[in-house]
Parts: sequence; structure tokens; C-alpha cells
Amino acid sequence: MAVDKLQTVFSETLGLPAEVDWSALAYRKVPEWDSVAHMQLVGEIEEAFGVMLDTADVLGMSSFAAARDILSKHGVAA
Amino acid sequence: MTGLRLDGRVALVTGSTRGIGWCTARALAAHGATVIVNSRADAEAAKARAAELTEAHCVPADALACDAADPEQIREAYRRIFGTHRRLDILVNNAGILEDALIGMISDDLVERVLRVNTFGPLHHLQAAARLMRRHGGGAIVNLTSIIGTHGNVGQAVYGSAKAAVVGLTRSAAKELAPHGIRVNAVAPGLIDTDMTRGIPPERYRELVDGIGMGRVGTPEQVANAVLFLAGDLAAYITGQVLGVDGGMRI
Ligand SMILES: NC(=O)c1ccc[n+]([C@@H]2O[C@H](COP(=O)([O-])OP(=O)(O)OC[C@H]3O[C@@H](n4cnc5c(N)ncnc54)[C@H](OP(=O)(O)O)[C@@H]3O)[C@@H](O)[C@H]2O)c1
Repeated sequence: MAVDKLQTVFSETLGLPAEVDWSALAYRKVPEWDSVAHMQLVGEIEEAFGVMLDTADVLGMSSFAAARDILSKHGVAA
Repeated sequence: MTGLRLDGRVALVTGSTRGIGWCTARALAAHGATVIVNSRADAEAAKARAAELTEAHCVPADALACDAADPEQIREAYRRIFGTHRRLDILVNNAGILEDALIGMISDDLVERVLRVNTFGPLHHLQAAARLMRRHGGGAIVNLTSIIGTHGNVGQAVYGSAKAAVVGLTRSAAKELAPHGIRVNAVAPGLIDTDMTRGIPPERYRELVDGIGMGRVGTPEQVANAVLFLAGDLAAYITGQVLGVDGGMRI
């Protein structure tokens, strides 16, 4: 299976366990994804995909699925 | 002095086609920085200034039209900066307007206008700049406040509020961004000879000068020197400070 780049960024930045239910992963629903980690996550995603997210994107990135949608809005297939 | 060199660093100075902003752009470029010159709406004026910097100091320079009163334009500006330079190391929040009104004669419009440019603008710029800076391990932000923001003055309740807010922004942002290597300081000029103060009625101007310990108004270059210091490595351990540049002014 091809490695999912966005999942890798999430896993490494947040330090997630090996098994993750990606469809359920949401901001503040797991202890690893708090507000401090959120800003770091945004930075890592920007770096990995070469984009700059808006404040609205930062605030709207409430789940893993939302992060994917935001990246596709920026023209990045993640 | 090596601690003043800024080679390879990218700096945005808001409102930098004239006055303190222009002198700051020149000082930063003279020390090697790539300066992004900003005008509210006149892209051509900003381009001409950028060309002057390249010509005089043999450094790259860029130009950007962006209204500090418009958050959407600010967001767009940072997308452009990211697209062109991929980084930002220095932000000088200089753009500002001065409009006086006595209490009882302050219109809603005036409050909106002054706070939008002098307070909301710096906040939006700081937020966007910090996001770019933390990617590269840090940066320096210098905000222009005023002796009116720290000490107050008759007729300047609105301007004074707007500039006092910049002090609050500076101190809070300094605490929050220190772990990311981003320093945030402010410069508080007294009476400086620029277009902004040339509109003050002569009698009032004389009274203000009489209150200056050194007996003379300041030059925009003198303010720019303080910004240069705070923006560079000589100030590497300084954050959350408000540096007065006022010749010993009492107000
Ligand atoms: N002069 C003083 O005595 C004094 C004292 C204390 C503090 N300050 C502060 O120092 C800063 C610079 O003052 P100055 O004396 O150099 O003023 P100035 O000569 O009037 O120049 C103001 C600069 O700000 C820009 N600007 C104004 N509104 C803007 C907006 N909405 N968006 C982007 N740029 C905008 C102007 O650009 P455009 O030409 O494109 O409009 C201009 O380049 C201000 O924040 C001011 O409050 C000045």
C-alpha cells in the first residue's frame, strides 16, 4: 500500500499510535491533538506540501478529513 | 558591526514609501536585508522605492501594495510573500495614521478608521508573519507605537488607545512567540519630522517642541536606527520591550 503523505505528517507531528481510525480523528478528540500541537501540525503540513494556509483554514482544520479538503482547495492532492 | 548585518534576511516594512517606514527600509537594506516595500494602494510608488534600494545598496528588493486596514489584502500579501520569498525574517509594523478628535466629538467612522490601520493591521500582520517565521526557527517583529500610546495626550483618545493596544499586542505576542524564536518589540517615537506631524498647527507644534528635553524634533532616521537595532542580532535576547525614541519628551 502506498504511504499516505498526509497521514505520515499527522502521525509524526502528533506522535499518534500505530493504529489510527483516520475517519474519526478530530481536533481535541485525542489528547495528542491540542491547540499547541495544532499550530505545529499546520506548520508541518505547510512545509510538507509547500502551501500557506489561511487563518480560516487553520481554524477550520477540525479533523483529518477537513485537512484533506483544505489541501485540495489549495490545489494539492493529499 | 557584524551584529547589525542582515544579509539573506527578508524584511517587510508596512507603510514604507515615506517617513519613518522609508527610512527603516533604507536602514535594513543598507545592512544587507531584502526589503519588501509596502504602500497602501500605490504599487508603482512601492516599486520605485524598491528600485532605489537595489540601486543604492546592491540588494534585492520587492514591492507590495496592501492596505493595513483590510485583513483580506493582508492574507493575500502573505500568500504572495510565501510564493516569492518562501520566508520572512523581519516584520516592521509601521503603517499608521494620525487623526485627532476631542472627547465628545469622536465619530464612529474615526474610531473605525484609526483602529483598523493602527491596531487591527499590526495584529493581522503579526499573526500571518509569525506563521512564516516559525517555519524557519524564528524572526523579529518591531511594532511602531507612540509616546501618545504610553503617556496619552489631549485630543488623542482614539490614537492613544490604538497605540496603547499595540503595546499590549507586543507584550503578549512576545511571551507567546518566544518559544518559537520570534522576538517582538516596540518603538515609541516622540515628535518626529515627517508628513504626519507637518499637519500639526504651528502653535501646538511649538508647545510640543518646548516639552522635548533635547529641544528639537527627532528625525525619521533616528527612529529607523532603533528599529534596525531591535530587528537584528544585537537585540538577540531582547523581547517584549518598548523603546522610547523621543529626545526626553514630556507630554
Ligand atoms: N511622526 C511622528 O512624530 C510619530 C510619532 C510617534 C509614532 N509614529 C508612528 O510611526 C509610524 C510612521 O509614521 P510617519 O510619521 O512615518 O507617518 P507618515 O509620514 O504619515 O507615513 C505613513 C506611512 O504609512 C502608510 N500608510 C498609511 N495608512 C496605511 C494603510 N492603511 N496601509 C498601508 N500603509 C499605510 C503610508 O503609505 P501611503 O503613502 O501609501 O499612504 C506611509 O508610507 C506610524 O505608525 C505612526 O503612528 C510617528
